[in-house]
Formats: sequence, structure tokens, C-alpha cells
Amino acid sequence: MRTLVVGAQALLIELDSADEVAALHAELLRRRDAGALGPVRDLVPAARTVLLDGVRDPAGLGARIARWEVAPLAREEGPLVTVPVRYDGPDLAEVARLWGVAPGEVPGIVAATEFRVAFCGFAPGFGYLTGLPERLHVPRRDTPRTAVPAGSLALAGEYAGVYPRSSPGGWQLIGSTDAVLWDAGREPAALFAPGVRVRFTQGDGRG
Amino acid sequence: MAELLVVRAGALTTVQDRGRPGYAHLGVPRSGALDTAAYALANRLVGNPPGAAALETTLDGVSLRARAAAVVAVTGAPCPVRVCGRPVAWGAPVRLPAGAELEVGRAESGVRGYVAVRGGLAVPPVLGSRSTDLLSGLGPPVLSAGTALPVGPAGPGPVPAADAYGLPAAPSELLLPLRLGPREDWFTAASLAGLWRSAFRVSPRSNRIGLRTEGGPALVRARAGELPSEGMVLGAVQVPPDGLPVVFLADHPVTGGYPVVGVVPAGPALDAAAQARPGITVRFVRAR
Repeated sequence: MRTLVVGAQALLIELDSADEVAALHAELLRRRDAGALGPVRDLVPAARTVLLDGVRDPAGLGARIARWEVAPLAREEGPLVTVPVRYDGPDLAEVARLWGVAPGEVPGIVAATEFRVAFCGFAPGFGYLTGLPERLHVPRRDTPRTAVPAGSLALAGEYAGVYPRSSPGGWQLIGSTDAVLWDAGREPAALFAPGVRVRFTQGDGRG
Repeated sequence: MAELLVVRAGALTTVQDRGRPGYAHLGVPRSGALDTAAYALANRLVGNPPGAAALETTLDGVSLRARAAAVVAVTGAPCPVRVCGRPVAWGAPVRLPAGAELEVGRAESGVRGYVAVRGGLAVPPVLGSRSTDLLSGLGPPVLSAGTALPVGPAGPGPVPAADAYGLPAAPSELLLPLRLGPREDWFTAASLAGLWRSAFRVSPRSNRIGLRTEGGPALVRARAGELPSEGMVLGAVQVPPDGLPVVFLADHPVTGGYPVVGVVPAGPALDAAAQARPGITVRFVRAR
């Protein structure tokens, strides 16, 4: 673990793996909810880091956190969300080819995977989901699409994600869902908030 | 409900308040008024509570017609202000009779103007804020002619009796205090040392997301490879592969994959950045 001061009121904690980030993020949430962390305005997990923004004494807080014993994340930790998916994505055949399976086997492989929202970014409610083993990681498309339809289930690198609204994107599209990924009137507004566990089931895409 | 009708929307006029901090983990930018002091002053001048929603204009002002009598104040970039064609004070409360047209003219210096109305703009809040977020599209749309902006009920605060505020001098140079880190080790020591002696210019491609620089020496990377995306703070100075610093402003993305060489503290320095016109010299000075 490496702690880096960011300006006058933020702290960046760098870790070696996505699993360590998930474990530290869960620990930070536990301590914050218990009132044991002190004031933090934003707690932002990312690929290999957690940012604590809006803190009083970043260096002091960093020194404290560096002394923590952070337990690995328990498998069942975090709320579970089930999302029905239609496997109708234009890149389904390409992903199946990269995986070395028939297109019809992709839904079963995805359904057998428990994903976890590692972090959000790119757009409100866009969650970066980890959980696919390394042999199933696929590259981005060579040419990004100018418009990816809202609700597209997509893969790129170590991540899976669902586009909360139509936007440009270079991920490989394997399916689609009618699940509402983002609703500013809902609490939390993002269906895929960091720490949420996600299961994709094969269905007609209707939640 | 009282309303302001948009007669002339201006180049880029948005509703802004103090933004929506606290949602970065869901991918939501902070947003909010760029020149925080000018925005706060506009609200004070009309007796509003600090977080009331106001308009942020860009370079060429805005024209509004008051459907009912209203009290407004214009701050930020100095500009001519007229009511029904007659000059009135900038930086002071101005009474608009019902049906009167307020013309906020082209900025004489600076970039962003603020127009507060007593009672605040009562557009529906999203995640606790009425700010337009140009990066992610949250909040009300950019102003267009013909739009009616609802005005909320006046709070208990009086309209202060203060005189007009003096016009700020036009800055000829933008000095940004910079606190190095977290990724200064991505750059060569020589190019970092050179940063303090370098003059950049404000790029015309600057916007509410970031103040881009041009014309200065590129920061040189000391290492190859890519940085995994990490959380970004307001004022972060990100350095894309071209080596020219970008200072993140209110609509900045919540995560980014280019290394952050340092951070400009929020407050007067970023307020000044919000008013820096393209072509103005930018220098970075070591923050203590």
C-alpha cells in the first residue's frame, strides 16, 4: 500500500490489485459508517487506487490507514443485483471466437460469473465490473462505435459494464438489458454502485 | 410563480449553484459555478442564501425579461448592464419592474459572468443541485431563447444596502499555485524544474471541464506505460501525452488515466482560472 497526498485536502491510496482495492474500499465504508474515519466528502475507488477527497489532514490520515490490517473481501459481501440480459450484441460472435467457444455458450459463462462493481466513471452510473478470469479478458474494438445503445452489456480488458445511456464507446457488445442503470430520483441513483455484486441472467432483458 | 424569460441566451449560459460534490463514486462530476467568489457575491447582493442557483454566462452575457418585478445582480466578468436600454450598476442589486428587460452585455475582461435573482432560480434539482453539468449532461439544459426560468420565493435575508463593488482589474497573467503530486514522479526532474520557469498560454479549447494550456514546453515523461484510471480532484493538473498541462475545473471527469503532476488549490486561484481568457499567459508557482 502506498499513500499519496493530492493537494491540500485529498489522499490517494495505491494498491497492487483490484481485490485489494475492493477490500480497502469496503473497510473504508465500514469505518465511515461507524463514524471512525472522520469527515470525507468523496470516497472514490478506481482500478488500483482509492481517492479520499475532502479530508482535513491527508498526510496524517494516510499514515493511519497505512497501519490498518485490511481483511480480504468476503465473497458474499455487498448487495446483490440480478440483471436479465438478451444476448443480441453485435460483437457476441467475436467475443465467442476470442473465448474459443460457440456464441450459444457465452450466456452460460457470463451467468456463472459473479461480478462486482469495482468503481464508476465515464458517465453517471457506468460501473466497471470485475470478476471475469484473465483468460476471458478481451481487447477493445479497434474502432469505437459513435453510438452504443443504452442498456448494452459490454466487455473490455478486465471489465464488464452496461451503458447507462447511449454514448460513444469502444467496448465489445454482447447483449442488452432494459434494467434502469441510472435514475437520479432513486437512492442510490446508480444500480451499479461500487461494492455491489452483479449476476447476469439470460432472459428477455426485462427486469 | 415569478419567471425570467430568456430573450437572448448568449454563447453559453448555464444554471449553476455549488454543484453536486459527494457523488464522484457514482461517476457524477462535481460541477457548480466556476468563479465561486463572484457567484457567492451575486447571491449576497440580492439577499439570497449562499447556495441559491444563478446564471453563469460566457463572454457575451445574456438578456432576460422579468415576468414579475425582480431584484437581480450581475458579477464576475465586468460588463455593461442595462434595464430597458438604460445603463444600471454592475456588481450591485438592480430592481427590475414587471416586464422589464435586463441586458447583460459582452464581458470587458474576464470570461464568466453571474446573474443572481432574488429568490434564486427554481429549476428542479438533480442530486441536490440545480447545476448544469456539461460533461455528463445532468441538470437543466444550456439556456436557449424562449426558455422560462422559474424564480423561487425570496428568503428572509434583506437586499443589502451596500454600494456597487469596484470593477476588478483585468488580469494580464494567470499565476497558479501548484502543489506537486501525486504523480510528479512520472516526469523527468529536468522538465519539472523547467515547469516553474515556463510560460504557457490559455488555450481557446478551454471549457468548464478544464483550462487547457498551449505554447509552453511539454512536460517529459520519465516512464513508459499507462496509468490505470484513478480518482481526480478539482484543480488537478493532468498531463496528457502531448505534455501540456490541463487544469481540471468544476465539470472535470471523476476519474482519469493521465498522470496528475500537481494540484491547484480551490479558491482564488481557480476562480481566476475561470476568468482567464484564451491567449493570456499562465505560469505555475510552487505552492507551500
